[in-house]
Amino acid sequence: MTHTQKRIFLSKVVMILSTASAAIGIGFLFWILGVLIINGIDALTLTIFTTEGTPPGSGDGGLKHALIGQLLLVFYASLFGVPLGVLAGTYLSEYSQKSKVGEIIRDISDIMMSAPSIVIGAFVYAIVVTPMGHFSGWAGSIALTIIMLPIVLRTTDDMLQLVPSTLREAAFALGAPKYKVITQVVYRGAKAGILTGILLAVARVGGETAPLLFTSFNDNFLNTDMMQPVASLTVTIYNYATSPYEDWQKLGWAAAFILSMFILTLNILGRLILLKKKVK
Amino acid sequence: MATIVEIAEEKALAVKDFEFTYAGADAPSVKKLNMPIAKNSITALIGPSGCGKTTLLRSFNRMHDLYPGNKYEGEIIFKDRNILGVKEDLIQLRIQIGMIFQKPTAFPMSIFDNVAYGLRLQGFKNKTELKDRVEKALHDAAIWNEVKDRLGHDANGLSGGQQQRLCIARAVAVEPEVLLFDEPTSALDPISTAGIEELIVQLRERVSIIIVTHNMQQAARVSDYTGFMYLGELIELGRTEELFVTPREKLTEEYITGKFG
Repeated sequence: MTHTQKRIFLSKVVMILSTASAAIGIGFLFWILGVLIINGIDALTLTIFTTEGTPPGSGDGGLKHALIGQLLLVFYASLFGVPLGVLAGTYLSEYSQKSKVGEIIRDISDIMMSAPSIVIGAFVYAIVVTPMGHFSGWAGSIALTIIMLPIVLRTTDDMLQLVPSTLREAAFALGAPKYKVITQVVYRGAKAGILTGILLAVARVGGETAPLLFTSFNDNFLNTDMMQPVASLTVTIYNYATSPYEDWQKLGWAAAFILSMFILTLNILGRLILLKKKVK
Repeated sequence: MATIVEIAEEKALAVKDFEFTYAGADAPSVKKLNMPIAKNSITALIGPSGCGKTTLLRSFNRMHDLYPGNKYEGEIIFKDRNILGVKEDLIQLRIQIGMIFQKPTAFPMSIFDNVAYGLRLQGFKNKTELKDRVEKALHDAAIWNEVKDRLGHDANGLSGGQQQRLCIARAVAVEPEVLLFDEPTSALDPISTAGIEELIVQLRERVSIIIVTHNMQQAARVSDYTGFMYLGELIELGRTEELFVTPREKLTEEYITGKFG
């Protein structure tokens, strides 16, 4: 074999291997989605949204408690996590000026991002649940906030740094004070990216189960008091799917379907925002 | 020593024994520089890359203060005060000494809001007054006819040349006394460049202009005075027509005849 033939052969081998790997990955994704859709739609009824959990076997239970509980948990987590993350990201990009402190915060938040979420659940259990003496919605939201924070922080930081420094200089050159340069010019330039980061972070915590298992725990009935255990879709999926009762298992499928669609929508929305920005 | 021609006009700025050192650098980038800037005239700064002309330009509005560790020495006198002083109000200074950058820097907002930006910073709120000032600035920057029907559109939809004129309108709107141009046409095509040059010449009636350029023909076309810088020093400052025809310094002659640079 000549050198060129060898090169062409090798190139083909690598191309086939990488294409096959991609196909396997995408194949599994569609398989999961397919199973979810088939089983989920089958279990999906209008009454699911209007009724709370019922004892197994009765067959007329719903997911209202879990849907509302999930929304509450994620809403409060976002309420704390988004402003904190955006402000911290702003500090890193605009104020820390490549200082040691900034670098350390970046490193720590990268480590936090890859920390197993169950560890964060255990941490919140120790600092919130134990002193309170019982599980609560607040504990769950705090755990989700901690997971969300580094994601929002790092995307904000990255997106702000993508805004060209000449744009900042131009605003300063017109006599703008620093806080106005940031809020009126830099944020505008990074708007789409930051929004996408927030959406992806919300999607990420929306799918968390482990940190909720021993913080917000679960409840088979509707509870909106954040001081008490609050139901979530994820923990409900876990409980229902592992139960021996057929009607609960069906509800588990429906919950999994609803949650996946919610997260999928957020992800697609996030990408669309970025895409629209690039086209312009 | 530098050869510096006598300035007939009143002076807008006077640089005295000015030195500038970037953060972490061992040697100053601008060395013991003395230079008068004539009022209501155009002064061009030319010289090879790295000669310190942009560094000097960015000292006039204290742009270097945005990054920590940079060091000024000597004086730059503007309106009877040394603007390098620690007590200098940089916001006021930058309102009086505006700047146009190499690449157009249209903000991510509408055309109107771009021009109104500096005015709003100064507290202009009255809508009709704001509208009048924006329209006047756009007229001054010779872009009114092109944008009058789409003032609400995103400024980033304009062409590069239009964006640069928009930036000039934005800078002119706050009525500065000095305008600094940092290679304002290096990212533009020849037709846009001609438009900007024409505009700079017209603006001279109202503001004092300092322009850094890599393009010697540009300096010759637009400026009244030209300063030639080399290795952080001002080698020669002369009336443009004299400097390009009969330079007094050997280095200047070699540079403008293309022997180096």
